[in-house]
Amino acid sequence: MNEVRYTAPHTLDEAVSALAAANGTGRILAGGTDLLVQMKAGMVSPGVIVDVKKITEMTTIDEKGGSFRVGAAVSGAVIGEHAGLRKAWPGVVEAVNLIGSKQIQGRASAGGNLCNASPAADSVPALVAAGAIVTVHGPKGRREVPVEKIHAGPGRTTLERGEIVVSFTLPARPPGSSDAYLRLIPRTEMDIAVVGCGVSLTLQGGTCTSARVSLGAVAPTVLLVEDAAKALIGSRLDDKALEAAAAACRAVCKPIDDKRGTIVYRTKIAGVLLKRATAIAAERAGGR
Amino acid sequence: MAKTHVSTTINGEPVEFLCDASQTMLDVLRDQLGLTGSKEGCGSGDCGACSVTLDNRLVCSCLILAPEADGHHIQTIEGMAQGDQLHPLQKKFVELAALQCGICTPGFLVASKALLDRNPNPTETEVRYWLAGNLCRCTGYDKIIRAVMEVAADMREAAR
Repeated sequence: MNEVRYTAPHTLDEAVSALAAANGTGRILAGGTDLLVQMKAGMVSPGVIVDVKKITEMTTIDEKGGSFRVGAAVSGAVIGEHAGLRKAWPGVVEAVNLIGSKQIQGRASAGGNLCNASPAADSVPALVAAGAIVTVHGPKGRREVPVEKIHAGPGRTTLERGEIVVSFTLPARPPGSSDAYLRLIPRTEMDIAVVGCGVSLTLQGGTCTSARVSLGAVAPTVLLVEDAAKALIGSRLDDKALEAAAAACRAVCKPIDDKRGTIVYRTKIAGVLLKRATAIAAERAGGR
Repeated sequence: MAKTHVSTTINGEPVEFLCDASQTMLDVLRDQLGLTGSKEGCGSGDCGACSVTLDNRLVCSCLILAPEADGHHIQTIEGMAQGDQLHPLQKKFVELAALQCGICTPGFLVASKALLDRNPNPTETEVRYWLAGNLCRCTGYDKIIRAVMEVAADMREAAR
């Protein structure tokens, strides 16, 4: 690794200044489970590493009126131990906790998972299904962006130079709501999703009154599948509605063919995971 | 370029060192502080041989920059035994031959202790998932899992 400078500012403005001063050679360090691997592999050689873990807003979880704000640098282990989040957003928590081993969970964050911009990032479909809003802080100030607008392609984001993903806001939602995330991997743990599917829904009297569906690893970016949600909303999650939603999922798949899954297989599995994740979310919502 | 000064606590003792910003905590532990119990297997967070705890959180020391340790507490395999008295996990690994070449063993011990500190009564499935980030190419894992399960039972008995 080349000569690098390390800085650990206490405020976002200091972090933004440090990135601006680095003139494009700055890299943000949260858990480091992607950055250090990329540095060792020679894929990136930053001039300045900006450690964001001393910035309180990025390392804390708050709840206000049923809405949660999760700092982008909070580790998976801390998210997994948060009783309120586990109850309100079990799908988001299970997705974050699928990333890597316990050792990786001790450091890796949802913000890092998002910014690494892998189409197979486990936490992202769950956050997209949840309708998470990302708070971004940069040289031009603050903006709020729906999480599905962040990915631009494999390894690429819509973030502008010097912008930092600060936190995720998960909205409050009515009773009878829950979510789920499922991924298919050839192993039982520590693997990369062949397909991932997040479903968030609300049931009232057995009828689905709102839903969001997201797919990972079947396109260059994580997808929000609005047609699948439409097929679920208004239904009692009967077989016909589930098959229509599964068909909508299959229709948006544009996956790659590789050693972990063919196009045909990934496309078929997207529909299967939709049905299973919907069933889990519905059960958690108290509807089954 | 100027070295970074780091003040940290390792195995309960205050430790200060100078490092480059890009050095990993594992490199400093092994090459500067002489704590060679933590091993480098993959260097990319896949094998768990470098496992330590950072503020009681299980992590791979190969994926921590040494300057990040400033102001934090690190526990390594060297801090596990009390003097000549091995930790129950260490004793049981020896008794059940839960190791062969031994390269992965410090990581397994640190990870297993982190599990039992949180969950004194894990199921076998929980033990296997918890240790999924530690790779062993010799034992086939079964003896390791059995050792952890037995220690958990012994420690629960002792605590009654």
